[in-house]
Amino acid sequence: MVKTATFERGIHPEYQKEITSNKPITSAQLPSRVVIPLSQHTGAPAKPEVNIGDEVKRGQLIGSPAGFVSAPVHASISGKVTAIAEFLHPSGRMISSVVIESDGKDEGISFKENVDYMSMGVEEIKAVIKDAGIVGLGGAAFPTNVKLSPPKEKPIDTVILNGAECEPYLTADHRLMVEHSQEIVEGLKIIMKTLGVNKGYIGIEENKPDALEKMREVVSKESNIEIRALEVKYPQGAEKMLIKAIKGREVPSRGLPMDVGVVVQNVGTALAIYEAVRYGKPLIERVVTVTGKGIKEPKNLMVRIGTLISDVVGQCGGLVNGAVKVIVGGPMMGFAQWSLDVPVIKGTSGILVLTEDEYVSSEEYFPCIRCGNCIDVCPMGLNPSMLSILSEKGRYEETKEYNLFDCFECGSCAFVCPANRPMVQFMRLAKSMVKP
Amino acid sequence: MPEKKEHELIVSVSPHVKGEESISRIMWTVNLALLPAFIASLYYFGPRALYVTGLCIVTAILSEYIFQKGLKKKITASDGSAFLTGLLLGMNLPPGLPFYIPVVGSFVAVVITKQLFGGLGYNIFNPALIGRAFLLISWPKAMTIWSEPTAVFIALDAKTTATPLGILKEEGLGKLIEHFGDKGSLYMHLLLGNRAGSLGETSVIALLIGAAFLLYKRYITWHIPFSFLATVGALAWIFGGKGAFFTGDPVIHILSGGLILGAFFMATDYVTCPSVRKGQIIFGIGCGAITMLIRLKGGFPEGVMFAILLMNCFAPLIDRNVKTKQFGAIKPKPISTEKEQKK
Repeated sequence: MVKTATFERGIHPEYQKEITSNKPITSAQLPSRVVIPLSQHTGAPAKPEVNIGDEVKRGQLIGSPAGFVSAPVHASISGKVTAIAEFLHPSGRMISSVVIESDGKDEGISFKENVDYMSMGVEEIKAVIKDAGIVGLGGAAFPTNVKLSPPKEKPIDTVILNGAECEPYLTADHRLMVEHSQEIVEGLKIIMKTLGVNKGYIGIEENKPDALEKMREVVSKESNIEIRALEVKYPQGAEKMLIKAIKGREVPSRGLPMDVGVVVQNVGTALAIYEAVRYGKPLIERVVTVTGKGIKEPKNLMVRIGTLISDVVGQCGGLVNGAVKVIVGGPMMGFAQWSLDVPVIKGTSGILVLTEDEYVSSEEYFPCIRCGNCIDVCPMGLNPSMLSILSEKGRYEETKEYNLFDCFECGSCAFVCPANRPMVQFMRLAKSMVKP
Repeated sequence: MPEKKEHELIVSVSPHVKGEESISRIMWTVNLALLPAFIASLYYFGPRALYVTGLCIVTAILSEYIFQKGLKKKITASDGSAFLTGLLLGMNLPPGLPFYIPVVGSFVAVVITKQLFGGLGYNIFNPALIGRAFLLISWPKAMTIWSEPTAVFIALDAKTTATPLGILKEEGLGKLIEHFGDKGSLYMHLLLGNRAGSLGETSVIALLIGAAFLLYKRYITWHIPFSFLATVGALAWIFGGKGAFFTGDPVIHILSGGLILGAFFMATDYVTCPSVRKGQIIFGIGCGAITMLIRLKGGFPEGVMFAILLMNCFAPLIDRNVKTKQFGAIKPKPISTEKEQKK
């Protein structure tokens, strides 16, 4: 019996995954209108390649990458471009976006299939991935072809697929692993081929026994891919924590996974890679878990990129009477929205609606009582108590002595703080006030 | 088109869910953990225990409330921390005090040691201990009159006597053992609480029950109590004997005085001890060392109170300099660039 892999510290929030973990993915209705931001990824926003009035087909390029760390953007439905202007984005900012009104036909461009994809050249595969606009679907939305092109000084020996999905409520990756296990493993094989790596792992938290079973079945036929069961703990899905749990390697402070020879990809990204390479399909839709006590009919929906959240929420029965918070993402790191007229973008893994009784306010908080709870849970081994006090008192420069920039804002410290301190805010404030 | 009900959405920063911990919950849990010791104090010292402790608690809450109301600050007097300060102070006092002594002590603890420094979270010193130290210095006679426990709930007149540590210091180990009969009987009395001392410190068993509860609930960890007690035990063994080294009795020292109460309930006070676990061990060792220094070489038979207060001074320094075990601090070994790899 293999011991379950894990990392040090972390928290155990209430997961509430049973709301949607057994619901198979269903397709959302075709939206009548999509708002596609030109920036849905880390890096430079895409340059628009269409004009107002243009007729576009599904899968057509509407924005091209503007720089090395950038990604193209494609039309997710067929119709007419009616606007190219700034629209509200889930991050809260106004971002230049392309608006397409549907013609109802959902006509696609012709896609280039590659039946024999495993004999394609590495550069050809990366070009396909880049042209398909694939970015990390775990949330950070880093352009995948860039991640798959590490510099020569950073040799890679391992690929890990992230099937942890540690955020409470979210079950998108869970359902993908149950329903598309074969394709995900094929995607992993393509990634491993691209990097010239012959050892792959898929990390899956133990609260997804059906996913573990399905994935193990598929992987049993592969000699160099292993499934690793992970202890259910937040934030197991953070890539540094994942690498530590599976390979025992610690990504150095301020470093990247490639510094320890690893590349991590979300299972959804692996699936998208397979679909792009095998079927020529660009990234135009993704699974979104619509959940929480505040939504009438929780679902796992396959949604076209650019569909407004108001549309998605409508398809799930609408908001319950006591709904007070709509979060894009998970409850630990997601963004609360003030308007439902924001689009689903490539990184949108969930729409979580919380009700009045689930809502906790950080309006009233107390001085740090130095209980040390935060120190006991910080996955990066920081001293959040000290950082929060320094930040609170305006002593921003001193936070660098305590490795402020290793904080990836997982929220574990805020979760356990008895004084209800807005810990993540303190970290962000300090980060904005000092030069890394 | 029917009128859609406009949902007003709340926007705030992540995380959007929280654990159940709160300051009140912590404080009241610790208060609860002291209940066995409080009941023991009633058993051994009678209604005086309730009188003294009650005065401390009531004064603590009232003075915090009046201070905060008077200075128009947020009123936190009911969060359980003032109650705790009063309770701890009461448990650290001898039974026979006139009313004004607990009242003054409690006022000093809550208002001067805690509120004047900025309230909970900002005090440098353990409030109950400063209260007690203040009383000891101001009323040295009254603060060192100890009563023989009566082991019944209603006690009217109690005989005054010296504490076991007092006897140990003034008259030596032999006399102490004689006082209780034999060594075994001495240990039993120390363990159960059937001896002179402060209201809450005498019953080691009752205190340990409460401490076990706090440890189980993870409100305190082993780091401070263990390092504190281990240091006391080791130093007692090495230096506590008459004449030769390594002939001392660690058990007597660990069970006597306010050590168990101090190590589990006072040195572990969140605000005044280090937060980093490694630092807590340093803190515990320091407390133990100073306790034994005072007990063996100092003028007072008891050192726990002063030891903790002195180490409170070092807590911020320890916290600033003892770093947590940071992820990724070690430089990684370069991985093999060979295409062939051993599994």
